[in-house]
Amino acid sequence: MATKSKKSSPILESPILELKNVSKIYHLGNQTIKALDKINLTINQGDFISIVGSSGSGKSTFLQIASMLAEPTSGTTLLKSKDVTHYNEPERARLRNKEIGFIFQQFNLLPRSTALENVALPLIYANVDEKERLSKSKEVLKLVGLGDRLYNRPNQLSGGQQQRVAIARALVNEPSIVFADEPTGNLDSKTGDEIKKILKKLHQQGKTILMVTHEEELADIAEKTICLKDGKIIQTRACNDQK
Amino acid sequence: MHLKNTFKIAITSILSNKVRSFLTMLGIIIGVSSVVLLMSIGRGLENYITGQFDKLGTNNIFISPGTVFSEEGRFSGKEQMLNTINISFNLDDVKNIRKLKPYVVNYTYYSSQSDDVKFLQNTEVATLLGSNANYNQVIETEIAKGRFFNKTEAEQGEKIVVLGWEIYQDLFGQIDPIGKTVQIGSTAYKVIGVAEKVGSSFGGAGFDSNIYMPYETMARAYDSEKIFDIVVKSNSEIDTKETIRELEKVMEKNYEEDEFSVYDQSEILSVINNILSMLTIGLSGIAAISLVVGGVGIMNIMLVSVTERTKEIGLRKALGATPKLILSQFLIEAALLSILGGLIGLGLAYLGTLAIQSYFPAKVTMDAVMLSFGVSTVVGLVFGAAPANRASKLSPIEALRYE
Repeated sequence: MATKSKKSSPILESPILELKNVSKIYHLGNQTIKALDKINLTINQGDFISIVGSSGSGKSTFLQIASMLAEPTSGTTLLKSKDVTHYNEPERARLRNKEIGFIFQQFNLLPRSTALENVALPLIYANVDEKERLSKSKEVLKLVGLGDRLYNRPNQLSGGQQQRVAIARALVNEPSIVFADEPTGNLDSKTGDEIKKILKKLHQQGKTILMVTHEEELADIAEKTICLKDGKIIQTRACNDQK
Repeated sequence: MHLKNTFKIAITSILSNKVRSFLTMLGIIIGVSSVVLLMSIGRGLENYITGQFDKLGTNNIFISPGTVFSEEGRFSGKEQMLNTINISFNLDDVKNIRKLKPYVVNYTYYSSQSDDVKFLQNTEVATLLGSNANYNQVIETEIAKGRFFNKTEAEQGEKIVVLGWEIYQDLFGQIDPIGKTVQIGSTAYKVIGVAEKVGSSFGGAGFDSNIYMPYETMARAYDSEKIFDIVVKSNSEIDTKETIRELEKVMEKNYEEDEFSVYDQSEILSVINNILSMLTIGLSGIAAISLVVGGVGIMNIMLVSVTERTKEIGLRKALGATPKLILSQFLIEAALLSILGGLIGLGLAYLGTLAIQSYFPAKVTMDAVMLSFGVSTVVGLVFGAAPANRASKLSPIEALRYE
């Protein structure tokens, strides 16, 4: 497998997510686009993996399939050793709710809701009762250093703070794996560094993180870096070259 | 997910865009308020008319010239009504009817004229009724001041009158009218009583502008023996229909079938109420069109809202909202908007009803409330279905990418 290990994981390795021969083909009119081409990848408990690649390399598609947002054209997806490849949308929605945390480049916070309400959103869909929702959300917001911003709306928060709210939201339902899509893409370098620190800290706490980025500097904070080109996993070096 | 949370999300969404929510509801507000208002006016009118007829006295049967009702149970047309003008009854008819025992308990009859009434400088136009002394017992008329004329006075044709309340007020104001003399036409009459206030009917003058005098008096003064109506108080132990048949038999001896009508107030009432219901239904139907327009407004805004909130929908889906939950969120939002509009409309209709109550006997009824509530819910659900369905089918990937 085309992965580079920076250090060995201290935790006993058990696969969280396994992609086997996963391909994704799009049809655009007469054109057929192979966005992913027979990808094989295993993500273990506690891994912090970054996926790099230029635009059109297939990293978005990879993220969508790995995060249960989309179904592959062929191949198998296993989540905690369970075949989830052909789950329908309601089933995938429940799976995303329970097992997956999302951190987006654009934060994607609900503009009219407070930080606390935004963080509590996944718990609503998880049927957690209100009292527990609030206490859990408060706890996670404190964890990302926003204990004093619970009732602020996104427009009352800085970009870095908004992304920290989004991180709190990704963590609140204790997912098995957190996906981060260009988490510092919309931030200046200083606040980007804050987010990097948080991600590192989460990794140290044993969280499983998969990050998609085109920034090499950001990719470097991960434990392993995987490079995608034309829908295939290639060597790290080649990845650096194509930058 | 708990329904409570879906409701909360929908309410938050409605509240977060108050102006737009209100404008969306406006169609429903106007629709519901006009439907309810029209229904309450119609219902109020029905109640009012029923009340007015009750004032005519119970167990009364009316004998009128001409054909009052057509065979389909409506008021008859112009042609048949013309008979009314040409035909009148006379004292012989009254005699024949009076003898009809045990059906007839009491009876009255009257002729009618219209003339100027003068007291000092005041002049009013009044409807004069010339009746027998039983009139106030048959057409249950309470006397506020003085008394009604008695049998002797009636038979002697004395020049005495009982004033309706309004005429009394207009002519005399604060002055006590009993014993005073009024001039009607060219003759002077002594006022012996004032009838209690009844309340006026729509448009028409009603009982309060009547002046009552003995039949004999009027017959002499206006040189006419014509009797317009005969009213019989029937025996309450005998079926009214049977009494009507007996009365018809008596009348048929001297008149053709289409020259007179025998009816009781329930018959008039049912015809009037029929007309009113038709009118109410028709008008409410027209008003209901605005409900449909309101529904289209809701659909329009919800479609815009779905497009506008594509990203939000994508996010919710990514975080675990199933298509069904998104569907119910938007459906509930549409239904809530519509129901809220319905409630506001209902409130407005209620206020409107209160406002016109002093001029018009309107009344908000429970069925109008239920109907408007039901209709606005259905409108919300029906017109919310398409946008909600669209939202639920959005792909989370596409939606998240949407700018």
